[in-house]
Amino acid sequence: MTAITSSLRDITFEQQLAQRQRRGKILEIAALIAILLGIAMLLTLLVDVVIDGLPWLRPQLFTEFPSRFPEKSGLRSAIQGSIWLMVFTSIMVIPIGVGAGIYLEEFAPRNRLTEFIEINIANLAGVPSIIYGLLGLGLFVRGLGLGRSLIAGALTMTLLVLPIIIVTTREAIRAVPRSIRLAALALGASQWETARDHVLVYSMPAILTGVILAMSRAIGETAPLITIGALTYIAFDLRGPLDIFTVLPIQIFNWVSLPQKGFHDLAAAGIIVLLVLLLSMNALAIWLRNRLFIRW
Amino acid sequence: MNENSEYILETRNLNLYYGNFLAVADVNIKIRRHQITAIIGPSGCGKSTLLRAFNRMNELVPTARTEGEILFNNENIYDPSIDPVEVRRRIGMVFQKPNPFPKSIYENIAWGLRINGFRGSKSELDDLVEKALRDAALWDEVKDKLDQSGLSLSGGQQQRLCIARTIAVRPEVILMDEPASALDPIATLRIEELMQELKKNYTIIIVTHNMQQAARVSDYTAMMMLRNHEDRSGTVIEFDRTEVIFTNPRDKRTQDYVTGRFG
Ligand SMILES: Nc1ncnc2c1ncn2[C@@H]1O[C@H](COP(=O)(O)OP(=O)(O)OP(=O)(O)O)[C@@H](O)[C@H]1O
Ligand SMILES: [Mg+2]
Repeated sequence: MTAITSSLRDITFEQQLAQRQRRGKILEIAALIAILLGIAMLLTLLVDVVIDGLPWLRPQLFTEFPSRFPEKSGLRSAIQGSIWLMVFTSIMVIPIGVGAGIYLEEFAPRNRLTEFIEINIANLAGVPSIIYGLLGLGLFVRGLGLGRSLIAGALTMTLLVLPIIIVTTREAIRAVPRSIRLAALALGASQWETARDHVLVYSMPAILTGVILAMSRAIGETAPLITIGALTYIAFDLRGPLDIFTVLPIQIFNWVSLPQKGFHDLAAAGIIVLLVLLLSMNALAIWLRNRLFIRW
Repeated sequence: MNENSEYILETRNLNLYYGNFLAVADVNIKIRRHQITAIIGPSGCGKSTLLRAFNRMNELVPTARTEGEILFNNENIYDPSIDPVEVRRRIGMVFQKPNPFPKSIYENIAWGLRINGFRGSKSELDDLVEKALRDAALWDEVKDKLDQSGLSLSGGQQQRLCIARTIAVRPEVILMDEPASALDPIATLRIEELMQELKKNYTIIIVTHNMQQAARVSDYTAMMMLRNHEDRSGTVIEFDRTEVIFTNPRDKRTQDYVTGRFG
C-alpha cells in the first residue's frame, strides 16, 4: 500500500517537473524573440541613420554654423551649447546632488521630515522632463530674469538630474559596509571625518558612474530646453553663460523639420555624433565600474 | 583624574536598553588597569552590548539607550559634557570580523594618527606606522608591501592589522569582541600571544566564546547570563579572578557553563 502511494506520488512529481521545464523553455524562447526584435529594430535604425548621415560626417559638420544651405551647415553652435550646458550643469548638480545624498544617508536624523523628503526625491526622479522645462521657464527664464540663456538651461537641467544623482549617490553610499564606518568611528574619528575619508572615497566610483549616466540622459534631453526657448537659430560662437544657445538634439530636431532632403541627411549625421557621444559616456561609466569598484 | 589607581574602568548601576528592551541590567564591575578581563556567557546574554558600552559605540544603534555610569579614570564617560569621539580615541575597539580599510596597509595605520592630530614629518609618521606594526607582530610579514591594500592580507593578518591600527593611536583600553573567532588555531594563538605583549601597556577587555581562550589569556573573568527567562535581560552574575571562575566559582550556573554542562 505505502509502496503504491509513494510511487504514485513520484509519477505526479515527474509530470509536474516536465511541465515546469516546458514552461520555462517557452518563456525562454519568448524572451529571446523579444530581445531579437529589439536588437533588429535598433540595427535597422542605426543602419538607416549611418547610410544617410555618413557622407555628411566631414570636418565642416563640426566647424560650420547652421545655415540656409545644407552644404554649408554644421553643428558648431550646437556642440558648443551641449558641452557648455553639461559643464555648467555638472558644476551645479554634482556638489548639490552628492552633498544631499551624503547628508540623507549619513547625517540626517531618521524622522518624518527626512522620510517625507526621501519619498519626494524618489518621485521627482520619475517626473516627465517637460515639467522641469515649465518650471525652468517660470523660475529661471522669467522669475530670475535670466532669459533664454545657457545658464537658465543649465539650471533647468540641474533640477532635472538632481533627483537621479541624489538617488544614485545614496545607493552608492549604502553599499559601503557598516563595519568600515564602525572601524573609523572606533579610532576616534568624527562622523564627518568618517564620511569624508572613507564612505565618500569608497563610493566615489559608483557615484561617478551614476553622474555620468545622469549626464548622458541630460545630453539627449530636448523637451525641457525647447520649453525654455532654446529652439533658436544660432550662427555665432557662445560668448558666455548669459548668451542664448542651442544643443545637439535641438539642432537635429530643427533640421528634421525642414523640407529639404539635404537637411534630413545632415540630421542623420548629427544623430551619429550624438550617439557616439552617448555611447562613449556609457562606456566610460562601465569602465569605471569594472576598474575602480571595491569588492568587499 | 587618578591615572594610577588600580581600576581604570568602573560601571555603576549600568542598564543598557534597545528601545524598551532591557538587554543588560544592573552591571557593577571594576576593570583593573593593565590586566586582561574576559567576558564570557551564552549567546544573546549581552556581552557585545556591554563591551560596546565601554566606548560609547552602542549609541550608534539608533534605539540604544544607556542608564547609569561608566567611570573611566574616575570620570563618567556618559556625562553630557564628554564627547564620544574623545572616549573612542582613548578606548579603542577590535571587531569580530577583521575590517581593514580598503586602503594601503600603511594608510590603514596612518589615517588614525592623522585624524587624531598627528602633524609631524613623513619620516616620523613612517616610524609610528612601523612601531604599530611591530607591536602587532605584523611588521616582518608586511614590511615589503606597505603600499598594498589591507584587503590583500589573510584573515589573521587583517586582524593583526586592525589591532595595529587601534594601538597606533595609543588608546588606554582595547576592547575586543571575539577577535579570533574568524581565525584558524595558529592565527588565534598569535593573537593570544600578542595580547600578552600588549597587556604591558594597555588594558584589554575581550569577549570570547572559547572557554580555553578565556582561561589561557585573561586575568579576570566576568560571567554573564540572562537574569531570568521572562525579561531576557542579561547581567554579570559573577566576576572574579579567572582561576576562581574556572576552578572554584561561587555560582552554580557559572560552574555549569565553564565545565560545558550549561543548557
Ligand atoms: N542593534 C540591536 N537592536 C536591538 N536589539 C539588539 C541589538 N543588538 C543586540 N540586541 C539584543 O540584545 C541582546 C544582547 O545581544 P548581544 O549582541 O549583546 O549578545 P552577545 O552576548 O554578544 O551574543 P553573541 O554571543 O551571540 O555575540 C540580544 O537579545 C539581542 O537580540
Ligand atoms: Mg556578541
